[in-house]
Amino acid sequence: MIEDLLTASVVASGIRIATPYLFASLGETFGQRSGVLNLGVDGVMLMGAFCSFWAVSEFTPQGSQTWDATALAMGVLVAILVGLLMGLATAFINVTLKAEQGISGIGIYLFGLGMSDLLFQKTFDQVAIINGFPKVGFPNFLTDLPVLGEVLFQHTLLVYMAFALVPVTWFVLNKTTLGLNIRAVGQNPEAADAMGISVTRVRYFTVTLGGVLAALAGATLSIAQHNVFQQNMTAGQGFIAVALVYFGAWRARGVLFGALLFSLVTALQLKAGTVGIDIPDEYLSMTPYVLTIIALVFASQRIDQPAALTKPFDRGE
Amino acid sequence: MQLNQLLRNPRLERVFVTLLPLVAVIAALVLGAFMLILMNADPIEAYRDGLYEGAFGTKNAVADTLIKATPLLLVGIGICISFRGGVINIGGEGQMIVGGLAATWLGLEFRDASPDVMIPACLIGSFLAGAIWGGLAGVLKAYFNVNEILSTIMLNQIASLWMGYLVRSVLISEKQKNSASPIPETDRLPREFDLPRIGERLDDIYKFFGLPSDKLWATTLLHNGIIIAIILAVLVYIFLWRTTIGYRIRAVGKNPRASRYAGIQVKHYVVLSLVLSGGFAGLAGGIQVLGVRHRMNAEGGAIAFTGNAGFNGIVAALFGKLHPLGTIPAAVLFGALLVGGNKLQRVVQVPSALITVLIGLVIVFVVGSDIWTRRRTQRRVSVDGAGSEAQPETEGIT
Repeated sequence: MIEDLLTASVVASGIRIATPYLFASLGETFGQRSGVLNLGVDGVMLMGAFCSFWAVSEFTPQGSQTWDATALAMGVLVAILVGLLMGLATAFINVTLKAEQGISGIGIYLFGLGMSDLLFQKTFDQVAIINGFPKVGFPNFLTDLPVLGEVLFQHTLLVYMAFALVPVTWFVLNKTTLGLNIRAVGQNPEAADAMGISVTRVRYFTVTLGGVLAALAGATLSIAQHNVFQQNMTAGQGFIAVALVYFGAWRARGVLFGALLFSLVTALQLKAGTVGIDIPDEYLSMTPYVLTIIALVFASQRIDQPAALTKPFDRGE
Repeated sequence: MQLNQLLRNPRLERVFVTLLPLVAVIAALVLGAFMLILMNADPIEAYRDGLYEGAFGTKNAVADTLIKATPLLLVGIGICISFRGGVINIGGEGQMIVGGLAATWLGLEFRDASPDVMIPACLIGSFLAGAIWGGLAGVLKAYFNVNEILSTIMLNQIASLWMGYLVRSVLISEKQKNSASPIPETDRLPREFDLPRIGERLDDIYKFFGLPSDKLWATTLLHNGIIIAIILAVLVYIFLWRTTIGYRIRAVGKNPRASRYAGIQVKHYVVLSLVLSGGFAGLAGGIQVLGVRHRMNAEGGAIAFTGNAGFNGIVAALFGKLHPLGTIPAAVLFGALLVGGNKLQRVVQVPSALITVLIGLVIVFVVGSDIWTRRRTQRRVSVDGAGSEAQPETEGIT
């Protein structure tokens, strides 16, 4: 039974499913480490998904049957741009206007949910399919390796970018001055401010970065995995991404572990349906959420949460 | 900034702060007008012939608006309780779903019982189901220190999947079960369990006052859910501001530490806030079943059942300044936006998703403009040395 389930293709599909979670959660990790909870990730993801999809379809030469490098580059670029704009807007609302972060995020989510749907209905008459990211062209001896070939060497570029982002996040947060500043601002903004760190500037940076990565997460769905756009295609993945940051205790490694666990369970559940295991689909689909709650129970017993999380900073001038 | 100088005048400032939510809606509508122009639609036509006509143009439109406002109001008064209690309940969607499931199950299981018993039983059942679902997040927060925003989001997903399972395999109607391509839906609840329509009563009132009435309301689908919701809004207002328990909920929301020193069992009240908040959302689901849909249908997912009311109810409550009575007009306003959006789509061919965008903008503007409310409160605190009705702190207990 287990052998039927835990095949190379299931692990490979788990790795693919983990990709958008990694982008979005690592971005959110930066924001939360600096003390800002952005609950609007899902909305930014949807905007990134739609806009990159639109760009790829727009820049692909007419009648082209295969992928087009320029079009894909434009897709990623547009996603980054949209993420930048929405990230800046989020930062303005949460940092400058000091809005209640749990609620402003719902506003950003609804904005992205509606806007991506609106633009999609206005620009595409019917269901459109694009030529998305191809698998990276590794030499045959690598892709043909038993098990490892399928698990490691048959993914799109975005998958490798997302996984590369894990050590980068760790390095930036723990080994650079910037990371030190981010952590200081999230832990004790008053002290950081007294040391001459601009709390506002640091938070703008992290929240905007989070927006860019969330948009890339959305683009991963629309131009690398499904190659279509649909209304509400993220189906709440952005909210899960926020939960994964708590799950991973605000560490890159923890986020990686959480994203992989969550995606593997999802992949297994997709597979279990085909193997004919007699558990209702819905119960299997529930397991990641139940696991997350259980993990949060254990994670929250530790006291790693950035002390200033969700607290706007006021210099008291 | 000129605005800030103008606001030094305390009276003007007070007016400004009170009108902020309205300013937020107008700002969102203005932005929406620009978007309409970009989409080659006439904003005046869209707002007047679409949005306004669609929401208030005919008796049927008004009835639809009130029907849509009912779940928003019920979720909204629950949100007033939880936010006042310092707890952010994002789980309205899930709580509505379990409430709807409870009402459906009770109604189908005891379909031969008397409606005088079963209608209240279904409604109470839906309240209890929502209360349990909300209370779960409350217990997780109070005793296991799990952030309620996250747990309620997870519980939303779980409830929506659970609904899919129950409607597809346990509660599914015999007819669908035996069909070749079954639609996941339950039997219709007995017609006697439908919430009473109030159209005829309204016509009687019209006649009583000598107003021209020719069975105008009797043909609408308006049911008494809106009346239940308004009565409950008044009761919740009394509960929050005129009872000890209500006072303690608000005290915990404002300052958990001080409340603990004052001998209040903070954890109990955190759980209670979420229990009540979830209960009202559950009741919204129950009323949706008895008053509007009369069955559960899992096609189109959970959002087809809730209509996003779990989120939009938060908007209504915020818009009503987290005051149950303020939430009444706010719920009607957002009900109108939702109903009018459909007409807008037909009149100017702009997808009704525009309304979701506008609602998102309203939230952002309302919470973004809170900075002025707070500034005013701070100044009053520093001048008088006493606090005033401020937004509750929603930082939770440490």
